[in-house]
Amino acid sequence: MKPGTRLKSATCDTEVMVIRSGDGTIECGGAAMAEAKPADLLPLATDFSAGTLMGKRYVDADNAYELLCVKPGKGSLSVDGVALVTKDAKPLPASD
Amino acid sequence: MNIALLLEMAAEAAPDRIGVVCDGKRWTYAELLSAARGAFELIEQSGAQYVALLDESSEAAVIALFGAALAGVPYCPLNYRLADADLAALLGRIAPALVIGDEERVTRIAGDQGHTVLRREEFTLKVQELVPEGEDRAYDPGEGIAVQLFTSGTTAAPKAAILRHSNLLGYILGAVEFASADEDDAALVVVPPYHIAGISALMSSIYANRRIVMLPSFSPEAWLGLVGDESVTNAFVVPTMLTRIIAALDGGTAADLTSLRSIAYGGGKMPLEVIQRALDLFPETGFTNAYGLTETSSTVALLGPEDHRAALASDDPKVRARLTSAGQPLPTVEIEIRDEDGKTLPAGEAGEIYVRGDQVSGEYKEKSALVEGGWFPTRDAGFMDEDGYLFLSGRADDVIVRGGENISPGEIEDVLLTHAAIADACACAVPSVEWGEGIGLAIVVRDGHEQPGEDELKELIRARLRSSRLPDRISFVTELPYNEMGKLLRREVKKILAD
Repeated sequence: MKPGTRLKSATCDTEVMVIRSGDGTIECGGAAMAEAKPADLLPLATDFSAGTLMGKRYVDADNAYELLCVKPGKGSLSVDGVALVTKDAKPLPASD
Repeated sequence: MNIALLLEMAAEAAPDRIGVVCDGKRWTYAELLSAARGAFELIEQSGAQYVALLDESSEAAVIALFGAALAGVPYCPLNYRLADADLAALLGRIAPALVIGDEERVTRIAGDQGHTVLRREEFTLKVQELVPEGEDRAYDPGEGIAVQLFTSGTTAAPKAAILRHSNLLGYILGAVEFASADEDDAALVVVPPYHIAGISALMSSIYANRRIVMLPSFSPEAWLGLVGDESVTNAFVVPTMLTRIIAALDGGTAADLTSLRSIAYGGGKMPLEVIQRALDLFPETGFTNAYGLTETSSTVALLGPEDHRAALASDDPKVRARLTSAGQPLPTVEIEIRDEDGKTLPAGEAGEIYVRGDQVSGEYKEKSALVEGGWFPTRDAGFMDEDGYLFLSGRADDVIVRGGENISPGEIEDVLLTHAAIADACACAVPSVEWGEGIGLAIVVRDGHEQPGEDELKELIRARLRSSRLPDRISFVTELPYNEMGKLLRREVKKILAD
């Protein structure tokens, strides 16, 4: 998936921007995300229903994937069934 | 990815929050995004290849920046302080452009260049009329250039530095937490819009959802007044501004500064006595020194509030010295010090500062300055201590090469400034038949003091430094030439000393 691609969830309102990506399937709420939204939403998988937070960045353990949440929703993000986690960086003092 | 995403997210998360306050007018994030979308329509209609701003700071800078981004056209704010001939030459390099601001001047000096020119009020009105219905517009994907800035040209003719969407987003996403500002937070922006700090200030605050309070024209009284009136929490200043703010407070100007949590500074060398005085005057305020360049999308290293207070309180000379350092690299940025052959130097050794990271463009319209591995040679000289704190010692181009020996102007200037009668000093190269380059000094005598004799100054330098640092020429001047960002114009000093 090309950096800068905007992906939409097939299960909820979540939208993400791809910052970095490999060849795996990016999912939300347990279903593959795509550039277009399906006419009817799929059911949310219970294992992937913790929700997404606007402005948070989500990464995998290897740092091969990084997604920026630009619209929050009820599903949570995964790649090939493995949950992504939020990237927590120490906040920097405002410098400008 | 397009930088307009920053404003789109702010408008999505906090549509009714005030994004910009300027001259008493308030703009919500939703209004700013609508206006930027209207600007997209205007830019498309005009056929412009650049969007230029020839104006002081206002909401128009935000609307033009993001409107240009949506249209996929570089935003190019221009320095309105330039002389007509210099400005006309820059306008010629970006024709045809949509120029916002000083219509009379553009028509007079560049009327034949094919620009579309709008006064600020015309522009802001027009973009509000042109806001498209619905959301079916295809905006630029943001794979190209977002901003083009002409460098200040303190050493040569202005170069066109280009910043891609990816560089600016690399900086903002790496340095700023989305929506991290409280509802009441406000940032006072006083840096001119054509400076990289003026652009990054807008993007940082918008992404943090922090209200931007603009002060188009700096005076210490206006600055202090706005801090109180708008309950400003964050501010960025250049060193000369902080010096003048302190002088105004010391002179009895009344001010309510209780809201001010954070002051960041950068853009030039901060005199030690000024920052020490500021820390005393604002005991509750966190100070951050930011070091960055146009070509690096703003800040690459910073000295944070804890470092400032720790340095001020420390008896350890190493820790205390950090008050004059540029701090440590951002987590997303790598910094190396290299010698003239490009070899990496160990801690403590001075050389040229190299920078690498997503936010580093190092690219000019004419060519990229990046070297192997994506490193950008900044032409700034400095060293890092063993804990990774960066110390700057001036521009690499300012080094005086006297008889094959490299001499940093800073070391001589620091010694001169210890003299009670010297208010300001600049050392630079002057032609010398004997040495190739000799040392010239331009000195400003402090008010109420006698002008020191040449022998006395030579003795001061000889006692503290080597005899190779002795000046070949000394001029006493009423003031040294600085640009509006507080950057010493050594090029101009060289001219004074050559006469």
